[in-house]
Formats: sequence, C-alpha cells, structure tokens
Amino acid sequence: MLRAFDASENGVAASETAAAPLAATARGRAIVITSGKGGVGKTTTTANVGAALAALGKRVVLIDADVGLRNLDVVLGLESRIKYHLLDVLEEKCTLDEALVRDKRSESLYLLAAAQTREKEDVVTAQMKALVERLCDLFEFVLIDCPAGIEMGFKNAVAGAHHAIVVCTPEVSSVRDADRVVGLLPGDWRPELIVNRLRPHLVQKGKMLSVDDVNGILRLPLLGVIADEPGVIVATNKGEPLALDPASETGAAYRAIAAKLAGHDVPAPTVRPANNGFFSKLGALFGGRA
Amino acid sequence: MFEFFRSLFNPGPPSGATAKERLRLVLLSDHLSLAPDVIDAMKRDLLDVLSRYVEIDVAHADVTFEHRETEVAMLASVPITGVRDRKPPVAPPTVPLVPVAVATPPVAPRETPAEIGPPAEAAAKPVAGAAPGAGANGRPRRRRRKKSAGGPKQPTQTTLGASGIAASQA
Repeated sequence: MLRAFDASENGVAASETAAAPLAATARGRAIVITSGKGGVGKTTTTANVGAALAALGKRVVLIDADVGLRNLDVVLGLESRIKYHLLDVLEEKCTLDEALVRDKRSESLYLLAAAQTREKEDVVTAQMKALVERLCDLFEFVLIDCPAGIEMGFKNAVAGAHHAIVVCTPEVSSVRDADRVVGLLPGDWRPELIVNRLRPHLVQKGKMLSVDDVNGILRLPLLGVIADEPGVIVATNKGEPLALDPASETGAAYRAIAAKLAGHDVPAPTVRPANNGFFSKLGALFGGRA
Repeated sequence: MFEFFRSLFNPGPPSGATAKERLRLVLLSDHLSLAPDVIDAMKRDLLDVLSRYVEIDVAHADVTFEHRETEVAMLASVPITGVRDRKPPVAPPTVPLVPVAVATPPVAPRETPAEIGPPAEAAAKPVAGAAPGAGANGRPRRRRRKKSAGGPKQPTQTTLGASGIAASQA
C-alpha cells in the first residue's frame, strides 16, 4: 500500500506544475469523476472535492456531464440559479459566462449544469472536448461529473479530461464496473481511486470488502476513503457539501482528497495501518467497537 | 442478538470473503471474454500441442470458457480423427509458438505492475489495460490453466478435471 501512495504522490507532483497559479501559460487540469456503475457517489464526490478545492483557494469549475439527469446542481444547492446549461453553451445559445453559475459559498467555485430535457447523444464529442479545453484556460481544476454507464455520455465526459478519479463502493458489482471502466480509459492514464461508502465495522466483522480487497483487484493509486455515514445524506438534503463542515470527519476526508489533488503534502492517508488506527477511528463514527 | 444466534447455527465464511471470491471469479470471466485475441492465440497453441500427439480436425475444434460455481473452466472440444505414430514426438513444433500462451499474457502499457498494489492479491487481478486505443479492454489473465499434455491418447472422451480442460471426441 505504501508504494501505491508513493506512486500517486509522484502523480500529484507532476500535476502541481500543471495547476500552478493562473498565468498566461498555466493550464488547468481536467479530471473526470467516473465509476461505471450508477449510484456509487460520483456526484456527491464531485461536489465535495470541488468545494474543498475551492476552499483551498483554487479556481474550480464543475461540469455536470450527466445530460438528461442533472443532479450536481441539487447536491450543491444551486438548482434555483440555473438558467443555461452545457448544451446551450455547446450550441452557442448563450455565452460560457452566462452559463457558469457561481457557488453561494465560494467565489472560486463554478458550476456548468447539464441539460435536463436533452439526451446524451445530443452532445458532440469534439465540442465537449473544445469546451473543456477552454475551461482549462480559465480554471485550475475542471471536474467533470460523468454519467453512469459506458456509452456516449461516458465517452463525452472523458473526451476532454486529462485524468480520472474512479469512485467505487466495496461491493462486487461496483468493483466489477470500476474495473471495466478503468479498461475503457486511455491507456496512459493512471486513474486514482476513491473507495466510497465504506462501513468499517462491517469490514471488521468480515462482512464487507475492505479497501485492500477492493484495491487488490483494481490496483490504482488510492486517493481517499469515504465512510458511509448519515452526515452525507443530511448534507445532500440541505444542498451543502459536507466538505465545508469543519466538524465532520467525512468532510475532512474530502478535504484531504482535495489537498492531495492540489499537490499538498497530505499526511499519509488514514488507511495505512490497515486494521487498527484507521478503522477504529472511523468506527467511532458509528459508536462501534474498535 | 438474532445475528449472534444465526452465526452460531450457520458457521461458514463471512459474506465479505464470499464477495471477494465472487468478484475474483466474475472478473476472471470478464477478462477472458474481453480478450479475444489472447483466446485465439491460446486456442491456436493448444491445438498445436494436441496435434503433436493426435490428428485433429482443426476446423471443428472449439474452445470456450464456462463460468462455474467455484471456478472458470476452459472447455476444449476437439474432434480427433486419428492417432499419430507411437514415437515420442519431437518437442518443439516447426511453427514458433506465440509467447502469449507459453507464459504470461502481454502486459499492458498502462499498468506499472511491478510497483503497485499488494502482490498477494495479484492473482485475482488482471493486467489492466488494453492495447492502447483499441477500444475494448482486453485484459488477459495472469492465471493460466495447465495444459496437461499426457501421452498419446485414445480417441475417446477425456476430461482433465483439475486443469479444467476437457477434450472430447466429436
């Protein structure tokens, strides 16, 4: 596991140069958040990592690429502010500026919503790619919330990206789909993994796949681990990313992910002592025995 | 409480272990079906080996994979049309074997296999990544099924259970 982190730290170091403070030559980094399977937490992850990056002072834009099933706006609590969407921009019905919605809480976080009444096939891949390129000139991080599946929507979401984060829950179906998706990403990428919805007390009892089980299969640089806890649901209910709650341990996990993406030296991810330290810490969330 | 009693009466591996094993099998099977070129090479070499011992009907040979309860099996149905000379065959065939079937499958460029991941679980993990730009993610397994050669066989149905290869006469 240790070696995996070292490898990913190299990746982050490389990205640091790419996402340096905006200068004429600086190019943002486009990252697609994908999973294959639906319902594993791509949108929640995008919202939280994006909010945490913005809280670090990074200029961030989130693109909801799930055309027809727009949701990132709701998770961020921005649903009432959407006037234009991705396809309006691609079809030049509005300017990019008009379609970018600024977050309520952060001056450096923007959202480009998906079209709700259109279909994924309406997006022209080349146009999508050009748009992401353009956004990379304006922002340090372009996070693309990929739709579930591996069809057109997935292809469009991946088209302009430079990097991928794969979100996976500790379930057979999710790991299988993540494995499939990794195989469909460009061969020279090193996608990073977020294990989402881990229930440490179940892992301890041997009733859930552990992070090592999951990553023993996927073998990706581990970017972070997010516990399955009620706070995530409450935050989604309110449209407030948990990453901005200083008291939340899960929020802290998202912030650590963001810091790592931003090239900061993050103290060894909490999973390192695979059995005791991390799990007992997370287990405390559930009042579980550690 | 209920769970406690249930665990008393229903021992067995915890469901996490079951999940892990199911995942291993399903991925094994997925990757086999996603790597048609490797399968073709394997089939070719397998027939090559068989034809050193018996005469076979290559045109009607069929190699498939079956996902079973606890394993993925390779099933080869190869019509045998005759027996070769009793002389022990000379080892190397005239046609050079494709390295794929001899040892490990080609390692895809995307992975850096030496440095990542816990090696213990490596057997369950395919070499990720397809030929770059190939679209399909043919990811050959590292696991390889033994091809139990044996001496010249009678042209009857043979099942090599352990290795999961069944050669049958059509």
